[in-house]
Amino acid sequence: MRFLFKTDYEDDIRLMPHSGYLVTYGVLLALLAVAPFVLSSYIMSQLVFVCIYATVGVGLMILTGFTGQASLGHAAFLAIGAYTAAFLQQYNVPFPVYFLAAGLLTGVVGALVGFPALRLQGIYLVIATISFAFIVEEILARWESVTHGNEGMRVKTMQVFGMAISRDSPTFYFLCLGFLILTIVGTLNLLRSPTGRAFVAIRDSETAARSMGINVSLYKVKSFAISAAITGFAGCLFAHKLSFISPEMFTLLLSIEFIIVILIGGSFSLHGAVLGAIFLVMIDPLLTYLKDDLPGMIAGVASTFGAGKESASHIQDKAAAIASANGLKGAIYGLIIVLFVLFEPLGLYGRWLKIKLFFQLFPLYKRATFKRQKIYVKSERNR
Amino acid sequence: MLDFVQQLVSGIALGCVYGLIALGFVLVYKATEVVNFAQGDLMMLGGFFAFTFIGMLGLNYWLGFAGAVICMALFGMLAERVVVRPILGYPQFSIIMATIGLGYFLRSIAGMIWGTDDLKIDTPFSQGVLRIGSLVLAYDKLSVIAATVILCGLLYLFFNRTTLGTAMRASSENMLAAYYMGIPVKRVVSIVWAISAAVATAAGVLLAPITFIHSNVGLVLGLKAFPAAVLGGFGSIPGAVVGGILIGVIESMAGFYLPQGWKDVAPYLVLLVVLLLKPEGLFGVHTRKKV
Repeated sequence: MRFLFKTDYEDDIRLMPHSGYLVTYGVLLALLAVAPFVLSSYIMSQLVFVCIYATVGVGLMILTGFTGQASLGHAAFLAIGAYTAAFLQQYNVPFPVYFLAAGLLTGVVGALVGFPALRLQGIYLVIATISFAFIVEEILARWESVTHGNEGMRVKTMQVFGMAISRDSPTFYFLCLGFLILTIVGTLNLLRSPTGRAFVAIRDSETAARSMGINVSLYKVKSFAISAAITGFAGCLFAHKLSFISPEMFTLLLSIEFIIVILIGGSFSLHGAVLGAIFLVMIDPLLTYLKDDLPGMIAGVASTFGAGKESASHIQDKAAAIASANGLKGAIYGLIIVLFVLFEPLGLYGRWLKIKLFFQLFPLYKRATFKRQKIYVKSERNR
Repeated sequence: MLDFVQQLVSGIALGCVYGLIALGFVLVYKATEVVNFAQGDLMMLGGFFAFTFIGMLGLNYWLGFAGAVICMALFGMLAERVVVRPILGYPQFSIIMATIGLGYFLRSIAGMIWGTDDLKIDTPFSQGVLRIGSLVLAYDKLSVIAATVILCGLLYLFFNRTTLGTAMRASSENMLAAYYMGIPVKRVVSIVWAISAAVATAAGVLLAPITFIHSNVGLVLGLKAFPAAVLGGFGSIPGAVVGGILIGVIESMAGFYLPQGWKDVAPYLVLLVVLLLKPEGLFGVHTRKKV
């Protein structure tokens, strides 16, 4: 077990607390770099989505995880980014320009949403962001001269300095990955700066933060703007990856997916945002795989337990019928959310921390270390 | 002028629908400070239960109605026991997510059991209209208005006049203190969920002739009823109904007088404006935080 001996404040906020980090992340980067040459194109395409979802997850994590402002409107920010990119691309604006424009415009919109949100808390903030998302969705569907309404918009292949980057090429993957890494490093730096500490202070207690001299309004708006801007950048990449966007892609369900990303990953850590994105995107191929292979497996198990050939094939048909039933995916989704909230409230990253600690303290690990305290006395109304 | 009155009346009828669903939100919130995002889906499930009893088993309408309400009350208790009780006392956000997950789950399961077609129940209110002068009002809408008024009144009396109602308000204010005062908090929460599921079922059955029953009806109407509850100030029973009626009237007026597309957005715009001016809703109680 390694003990970190801190002698300086700098030791406390270092990006890499010890050399082990360099090795782990180096290996991870190397693996990600060779991925396009090893993995199948379908998995690569999913990996691009992982990068985009993780970027949005990091953005949402800044707002919800670190500033404590819940938002169910991030699909709208993604939509604004995507549509800005698609609109500007029509006029042959070069990629770097409309990429920046998508992020900045979304950031400005985010700040504008942040102002009214200043007075709102908890459930009222949630409904305000939902309302905002609905209004944006409706505008996208109705403002036909700009957005082409429900017909949607085509997004042409990306052109960077005269080079075409197709949405399935490894270059596009590296672009998304690069932006994700940039976002994560940027966010890490933000979080160890006074701004980031102010965010966390506001999350933990707004009143305490205010009495310590933090300008709560300013930092809340900043948090909204930064979170929205990151989502807007991701929206531009999202539009390119899909190559076609229409208003019904950016519904409340997408916002809920983003919340699921940070919930399953584990709020309060950037690792969580990435793990959650991997989980959410990769569950699709996993379910498809299970759908095809599980009935056969069940039948195999049944026959080893002494079921006759006929009843085994009967069981296989039954299982296949259930597996291909419409809407099974939604049920599994719902079940996963409920199970995570009930049994793994700290998310995937929390589980990883627990496993790590278990081995570090091997015979002495106590389950109670991670037990959360229940607060029965709070009333949100008096907050 | 007649147009205006007709729009107003149909807006009120629509608003009562939202109000009825919003009542369920408010009930759970009032008693446990939990926002139940699966409320609309409980309503949907209630509608399906009623369809099973009335449409498939051929029971009498009122008998089927009662059966569905009882089944759903039990189901509400079950949902509370399995999903909500283990995380009671944790941050609100966890509970919101859990109920969103529950909603997802119920929608898919209902779709798998009852199929994805629109289902219909024959009710005594399905046909016929009431004419007052040249005003026309369908019986099915009248039944919703009547039910909303009755349920709202009953629940208001229940919360303010009965011991159990007082116990519920106490446990929402401070669970620990309520427990020390001898209130069986767990049972109270259980009962609240049963009542709220029963109210949702009543809404689902009464709406069946108007909106039909399909697995997404809860999501669609729940998303309209939710602003209604917020507009009235979450936690106020009359507020939920007034909020619902406001949203309904705004929607129907916007649909009639404004260009296409405003109908769906107008309620949310009004909601945002109200929240800006009065962050705790129209009937919410403004409280200060004690540090």
